[in-house]
This record gives sequence, C-alpha cells and structure tokens, in this order.
Amino acid sequence: MTKEVAVLGAGMHPWGKWGQSFIGYGVKAAQDALKDAGLRWQDIQLVAGGDTIRNGYPGYVAGATFAQALGWSGAKVSSSYGACATGAQAISVARAHILAGLCDVALVIGADAAPKGFFAPTGGHRPEDPDWLRFHVQGITNPTYFGLYARRRMDVYGATPRDFAAVKVKNAKHGVHNPNARYKKEVQIEDVLGSAVVADPLHLLDICATSDGAAALVLSSMDFARRHTTDPVKIAAVSTVTPVYPNTIIEMPNLSTDSSAGVGLPEIGFKESIAHGAYEEAGLGPEDMSLAEVYDLSTALELDWYEQIGLCAPGDAEKLLRDGDTTIGGRVPVNPSGGLASFGEAVPAQAIAQVCELTWQLRGQAEGRQVEGAKAGVTVNQGLFGHGSSVICTL
Amino acid sequence: MDPREPRLLGTQCRACGTYFFPAERTFCRNPACDEADLREVELSRTGKLWSYTSANYKPPAPFVAKEPFEPFAIAAVELEEEGITILGQVADGLGVEALEAGMPMELVLRELYQDDEHIYMTWNWKPMDGGGA
Ligand SMILES: [Zn+2]
Repeated sequence: MTKEVAVLGAGMHPWGKWGQSFIGYGVKAAQDALKDAGLRWQDIQLVAGGDTIRNGYPGYVAGATFAQALGWSGAKVSSSYGACATGAQAISVARAHILAGLCDVALVIGADAAPKGFFAPTGGHRPEDPDWLRFHVQGITNPTYFGLYARRRMDVYGATPRDFAAVKVKNAKHGVHNPNARYKKEVQIEDVLGSAVVADPLHLLDICATSDGAAALVLSSMDFARRHTTDPVKIAAVSTVTPVYPNTIIEMPNLSTDSSAGVGLPEIGFKESIAHGAYEEAGLGPEDMSLAEVYDLSTALELDWYEQIGLCAPGDAEKLLRDGDTTIGGRVPVNPSGGLASFGEAVPAQAIAQVCELTWQLRGQAEGRQVEGAKAGVTVNQGLFGHGSSVICTL
Repeated sequence: MDPREPRLLGTQCRACGTYFFPAERTFCRNPACDEADLREVELSRTGKLWSYTSANYKPPAPFVAKEPFEPFAIAAVELEEEGITILGQVADGLGVEALEAGMPMELVLRELYQDDEHIYMTWNWKPMDGGGA
C-alpha cells in the first residue's frame, strides 16, 4: 500500500507584525492554497487546524475557528497542538485520514498573531508546571537553551560566534527573494556580532523573532490527485516521534534531564531520531535530499540540525556552512526560504510553511531562490521537549 | 542538612535505581520498569559543567527580578552518579567569563524572595574552590 499523499495546493499569509486577528491570516492562506489546488472550500472534506495558545479560546479550537470563518460546510474537523511542531501534527492528522480512506481531500491551516519579546508562561501559581517553574525559580527563558547549545558547539567542536553569524548572513540572503518573508534585507557578519548579546554567545540577530503569519496546504489521496492534476508533489513521510528514555540532553522548558543511572542511553538521541524516522518511512536517506528546511530558532541550532538530519558528521557543520554547501547553489541548500531568521516564528504555522517551501521548490516555482533540479526535500523541527516533526516531500 | 552544604531533594526508584528531579512521586518513568515505590533522596551537591550561557535581559514574570535588573549567568551541571543535568543560575554574580565547560561546580543557596511569613530559597551553581577559570 502506498503511503504517499499529494500536495495539491500551498498558500501563505506573509509574515510580519500586522496587528490583526490570526483568523484572517489563516483564511487568506487557506484561500490561496485552495486557489493553488483549483478547488473550492466546499470540496474540502476535513479541515485540520494547528492551534495557537496565545489568542484565547478561538486559538484552542483552531480547526473549527477557520471552518467557521470560511463558512460552515459540514466538513470534518480536527485541532492539534504540539508547540513548534503543531503544524506537523495537523499535517499528520490530515494525512492519516487520507491514507485510512476516511477522506479524499483535506485542508491544513496554521496561523498566529504573536506577542512581542520573550514568550512567557501562562499566569497563576503553578509549581507543577515545568514551564512556570523554570521562569520562577531560575529566570530561564527560551534563549537560555539556545545559548547552552551554542556554547556547547563552541566547547566541543570549536565553533565560533562568526560561524553562528554566517548562518544568519546566509539565511538573510536567501530570504531577500521570498515574498512571504518578514525580513527581506541582507545582513553582514558585523551586524550580527555588533548586535546586543542576549544569551551568551548568542546575539539579538542570532535569535529568531516572533511574528504574525499563516500557512496552509491542500492534501489529497493519490487517486483524487490524478483526477485533478499531473505529477503533484508528494508527502512521502511524516515523523512525529517522541524521545526514547532516557533523554539526557536538556530540553525546553525543563530544569533537568532524565537520569541515565538506571537505564542505558538509547542508540540515537532524540533530535537525531526525528528525521531518521522520516527517512525510514520514505525509504530515502539524507544523500537523496536536494534541500532541507530546518528550525533555526537560533543560528547555532541550524548547525546542530545539519548533523542531526545526517547532512554531515557530528562536528562538521561549520565546515559544511563555510564551504557553501548549504547556500543556494551548493550541494544541499538549507533554508532556501530564508528560515526563521527571515520569517520570525509564527508557532502553529511554521511547520506547515516549511512544507509550502518544499512544495514550491519541487515544482520549480521558488522564484529568485530556486534550488535547481530539486527532487526531494526534508523539513525538521521539534515541539518543546517531546514532539518530533519531520516531513519528506518528493516529486 | 548542613545549610553550608545544601542538597537538592529528588527521588529514586527502588527497583531500577533511576533518579528524578524535580521529585517524581507517583511512578517510575523508566519504560521497562513498573515500580511505584520511589524514595526521597539527597542528590549529589557537586557536578561537572556541561554548558553555560547568560540572561542579559530581564526574564518575564513569574520570574522575581531584583530592581534594577542585573544580568546573570546560567549553568547546566551534570551529576555523575545520578546521570542527570540540572540548570541553575550561577552564584555571586559571576559572569560567563568565569566559566569553562568541564569545570567542577557545587550547589549553594540563594534567597529568591520573601514575604511577611517566609523567606523563599532557590539553588545556584558555583565554581568550586571559590574561584573560576
Ligand atoms: Zn524504576
């Protein structure tokens, strides 16, 4: 049995700070995806929403919120949350319905209107919640974790702040050509190194902003796709793995790791297992990938992902970057969209936006930032401590 | 417990020996173990610095910030026996320039805040031998 589903349409609302409701962004992205697919909203049998937790009740039931805004049609609905992996959860729900034969065509939507500055936990006195606890007893924010990983690269692999800055320079250069990016301006190494240190060794320009934005996909069965189009981009795998005990790498929002005193370490670490799960499912490997969209919450994290998705051996990411292999025109361009560095994070939309970019790249429609001859691509991301998220698209 | 040598309280599974911090009291999280008997234990108060960073801007509530805000360093320290890494602020206002991966660190106490009835304490990590690199 084939495990493939077709991507019939992709659409986005440009990222930025627009000061409007997330619902409108989502509807715009959905309408663009439907138009791209040549379908009407009434043709959709399932709407899969990615939830946002920062926009009140409508955000918690995003699937129904978007369905209501598009006009009640009686379609099936789902609403998913998985922090940064929310979009992959929504894609996974839609894909599972299609592969199980429960529907032929589904619309996946994620949208956010983000607050300024640090993400803060929900209010009240909640010492049982690790997200609340880390802020209260130690003042630990999200950039703390990015800083710890970055310093670790410096100590273990000899990375430098210039290497980190070079990731931003590359992604900013890619993003210049993306009409949906929030920042469309080239950045120099000195700009990054001259910006304020937020979480040593990371500067303000090493860390992604938070944005408003929306992304949507129309997915269908291969049979349905054949009746509507020729040669659609296909989703060959969706990995939503959890870690294997014990995960001894510190993860947001925890104050501590699992213990390795009673059980030995798993064969591969959590972050390595995310894309690995997708490769296994697709029957492909990193060497088959023409490009990758990885979650660059910080510049240094992008380097970690190179190794964790198998583009190079541990410790070789800086060399891969310096050699230009991950720049458009190189062996395996990473974040040709411009990545989070050019977008800023719109949490529930981001994993969907990654797949929109793969779709346009594989169709040859990524004007100004096209990876020539792209045949397959991988996305990767992680939702807080336990939601793996990786999607492989092929022609 | 000697206040000059404070220790964090965690729990340990009686069956498989896995440690938990913050304390897990209901069931062992080792997937191969179905033990529910977890005993409270004092964790090692020294460990090895895994990595470190800084907070140069004031974190949002519920962080209790001193006014004016003073940037601080944060350490991730590996406890060898427990096989756990624990985060904490670095003591005495020491900055990242005083730190180096692998250096030995010890646990000390710091006042978090006080109200009319209580003084609330939290833990910090401090380079051993009172110094730094
Ligand atoms: Zn146990």
